[in-house]
Amino acid sequence: MSRRVVITGCGGLTALGHDWRSIAARLRAKQSGVRFMEEWAAYSDINSKLAAPVAAYELPSQYNRKSMRSMGPVAVMSTRASELALEDAGLAGDPVIKSGRTGIAHGACAGSAEPTMAFGRMAESGSIKGLTSNTYVQMMAHTGAVNISLFFGITGRIIPSTSACTSGSQAIGFAYETIKYGLQDVMIAGGAEELSVGPTAVFDTLFATSRRNDAPHTTPRPFDKLRDGLVIGEGACSLILEDLEHAKARGAKIYAEVVGYGCNADGAHITQPQAETMGVVMELALKDAGLPASAIGYINAHGTATDRGDVAESIATNKVFGPKAPISSLKSYFGHTLGACGSLEAWLSIEMMNTGWFAPTINLDEVDPACAELDYLRGEGRAIQTEHIISNNFAFGGINTALIFRRWS
Amino acid sequence: MRPQDVFQTLKDTLVEQFDLEPEKITPEARLSEDLDLDSIDAVDMIIKLQEMTGRKVSPEDFKSVRTVADVQHVIERLLAEPPAQPGP
Repeated sequence: MSRRVVITGCGGLTALGHDWRSIAARLRAKQSGVRFMEEWAAYSDINSKLAAPVAAYELPSQYNRKSMRSMGPVAVMSTRASELALEDAGLAGDPVIKSGRTGIAHGACAGSAEPTMAFGRMAESGSIKGLTSNTYVQMMAHTGAVNISLFFGITGRIIPSTSACTSGSQAIGFAYETIKYGLQDVMIAGGAEELSVGPTAVFDTLFATSRRNDAPHTTPRPFDKLRDGLVIGEGACSLILEDLEHAKARGAKIYAEVVGYGCNADGAHITQPQAETMGVVMELALKDAGLPASAIGYINAHGTATDRGDVAESIATNKVFGPKAPISSLKSYFGHTLGACGSLEAWLSIEMMNTGWFAPTINLDEVDPACAELDYLRGEGRAIQTEHIISNNFAFGGINTALIFRRWS
Repeated sequence: MRPQDVFQTLKDTLVEQFDLEPEKITPEARLSEDLDLDSIDAVDMIIKLQEMTGRKVSPEDFKSVRTVADVQHVIERLLAEPPAQPGP
């Protein structure tokens, strides 16, 4: 059994707004969501005091004590983004949601920071003060995925895609395969990341964060000669994937078709990306889609602005797509939203494809000579009419993903 | 805590902890049916009561609790016992 899979709803909470119109305006204006974090002043050992927090958002009244008691911020954002996506798809309250034919693939780097600290305090002090019935469920890695299930009464399969920076892209890939092979009709797929100082400390320790604390809007600088590391961002994004026939039968609006997914591992180094296997994953996605590399009109890069990551990714991309492939990184606007970036970048790339305009990488003034030759979108971005785009993501531990989307017409 | 304050303190705690309307908290109110509190909420209520009373609450203390008045009686009984030794 092989079925076609389409995207019928998108919802996100981002640093630049919570709907495509608002976000598009900010992308067109080349506005960054990065700011100086005066809240982090106390962390004197951390060099990078920059982040791109999610813009303020309101929660409707159904987010009450009982529905939210098992949620930390990451689960709240995962649920709200999923609700926006379901509403966008016209599936809010639809019987299919509770039928067992709808499932969830969702992930983040981890659960929430605050409950994790409660367990840390217990280990240090021997006191369980601060632990409640919900401390663990807010901390656990699959907190987002199961809270989405509880909130909407979803009874299909749950696939927690807790793989750091590929959480969102793996979620889409797994959801696509789940529908393709007939196991579910609808999948909520995405990722999220709440802002905490922890992830910044992780990359700071590896000397991979940006230290441009006095000039937040000039960083991160993916592929730029003067890039000095990544900036952590916050966000959530969920997409609704649906069996094409199911979507057609209910007259759903279709954003794009998911036509290719590749996923592999470097099997080499815990943090150093490997260009060869990164290239292989792009080829796997092309093979799955049955497309030649020349069919891809735009590449959405992982492009974190780390020293090694950008070089390895550019070499892999050049090897597969050649030097003339148009490419840009949305992390120059949103920072690295970790668990959210895979789904967030997929959503925005699809919107850009449907608009016929692709955002440039901001802060990319001079391409690093160590990066391979590609058509790096700069300046005012680019008007491109294309039928296919690819979105690539890479995670610690050497997980690589590539997703190919076809324009719906 | 004086015994006469127990009900009022319990009421304030339930209102704050579980977002309940104060007029719903009567001695006869049933925790599950009337106040919509479930097993998870009960655990958090016990944790709160332990903080309030300085006494360790045993699971047996709560097995038969159904109403707000039942909780009040448990607290009163606990308060009559000597406080638990402070932890390390």
